Amino acid sequence: MGNFSQKVDKFIEIFIAQNGYVKVIEGLKNTMLIAVLGLIIGIIIGTLIATVRVIPKYKVLPRILNGFCSFYVGLFRGTPMVVQLLVVYYVLLPIFGMKMTGVQVAVMVFGLNSGAYISEIMRSGILSVDHGQMEAGRAVGLSFGTTMMKIVIPQAVKNILPTLGNEFIALIKETSVVSFVGAADLYVAFNYIGSNSYEFMVPYLVMAMIYIVIVLVISAAIKIMERSLRKSDRRH
Amino acid sequence: MIDVINLKKKFGDNEILRGIDITIEKGDIVVVIGPSGSGKSTFLRCLNCMEDPTSGQIIFKGTDIADMKVDINEHRRHMGMVFQHFNLFNNKTVIENIMLAPVILQTKDLKKGRIKGTTKKQIKEEARENALKLLKRIGLEDKADVYPSTLSGGQKQRVAIVRALAMNPDVILFDEPTSALDPEMVGEVLDLMKELAKEGMTMVIVTHEMGFAKEVANKVIFIDEGKILESGTPKEFFGNPQNERLKEFLSKVLV
Ligand SMILES: Nc1ncnc2c1ncn2[C@@H]1O[C@H](COP(=O)(O)OP(=O)(O)OP(=O)(O)O)[C@@H](O)[C@H]1O
Ligand SMILES: [Mg+2]
Repeated sequence: MGNFSQKVDKFIEIFIAQNGYVKVIEGLKNTMLIAVLGLIIGIIIGTLIATVRVIPKYKVLPRILNGFCSFYVGLFRGTPMVVQLLVVYYVLLPIFGMKMTGVQVAVMVFGLNSGAYISEIMRSGILSVDHGQMEAGRAVGLSFGTTMMKIVIPQAVKNILPTLGNEFIALIKETSVVSFVGAADLYVAFNYIGSNSYEFMVPYLVMAMIYIVIVLVISAAIKIMERSLRKSDRRH
Repeated sequence: MIDVINLKKKFGDNEILRGIDITIEKGDIVVVIGPSGSGKSTFLRCLNCMEDPTSGQIIFKGTDIADMKVDINEHRRHMGMVFQHFNLFNNKTVIENIMLAPVILQTKDLKKGRIKGTTKKQIKEEARENALKLLKRIGLEDKADVYPSTLSGGQKQRVAIVRALAMNPDVILFDEPTSALDPEMVGEVLDLMKELAKEGMTMVIVTHEMGFAKEVANKVIFIDEGKILESGTPKEFFGNPQNERLKEFLSKVLV
């Protein structure tokens, strides 16, 4: 075990003396930024797609939109996230002559990707809300969109909150591939420490622990949120 | 106020309404009865185009609202609807349930310049005041800030009725408003409906409450297999029914 404590010493040295912690904080920041912004974009896109998919389809426009949404969802669920990152960064950006940082690309791809997954989650949430809620909204003269936004989606979100939480956790875990497009996440930070010490055991162990802590904290937060939501159900 | 002309409704190949004609005047209390599956709900739901008629016309205050080109939301504001299962908005408190549509729709009117001389805040305050007045009327002002899940069935339905009233509708459509209630709560809902009738509200009511029909309706119609087989004043209708199927139906429901 003497060997191990040497490794720890080396890690601590690079972590502190050689500013390894700056990289880790930067990496943590990027990881969370990509996951959180990705989730927010994903919820917006997912809600829009889910709404399109439940619109009654006897007019032409909803049908076209619906076709487009199916294509979109199929595309993003049918290819690995890494491939999407690589295609956007190395294929689409050069073709369109645009400049974006790795983090920006990652946020965008994570948003688009999770939008596809969240649309399915949101759709099941919307379908879980009693159809009478939509009918009552339409019956007082509210439009489909207004009823959706004010009545149905808030109830749907409540129903799918645990699943959304899992999606967020999945996103956080998946950020570990963003270094493929040069975004400096936790992996990049610990890899840097490892490379500088020719020693990867401790850095990767610490990285794993950080991921576990993040996931545990988020799971706990979701539990608390769920509980307070259920309370508002019974509020007198 | 509502002229229904040769209304037909198909679900797929299944023709549920086979040509309904009826005129509903202002102040009418029309009670619709008929066997299960005969198309009563479908008829009622066609009146405010919750179901789009397959053919025929629904002339509401001069406009054919069965025409897919009309802005149906504009007309539904003036036609309240009360459902068998109440359908209160679960994510809104009781008072929010009542205020929601008036506030949203009037605010939209304000933005479009269709109403003037008020503000969003004023609209909200007035809607709240009105909602409280309505709640007081049904004796539920202390329930203003609770969620619907905490109310009894009878309370829910009375709130649903005043939610419809809050829009100042020209007519209210009721689809079996008491069928989902425990027996001891039927009375309170029917009493409220009687009050509305007395105040001259125009109502179309699908119900199995024959006593209510006799007492309150000025017109009763019998629908079977998608057609109106008989209609008349309650006196004629119950006292001297002509149609064989109606006679049979009445013999079963009037014990
Ligand atoms: N959305 C729909 N799609 C297909 N068929 C439908 C739909 N709504 C109603 N129907 C059918 O239309 C017929 C008439 O239904 P409706 O609900 O109008 O009857 P009802 O007279 O109200 O019966 P009840 O007294 O049981 O409420 C039924 O056979 C029903 O299965
Ligand atoms: Mg019915």
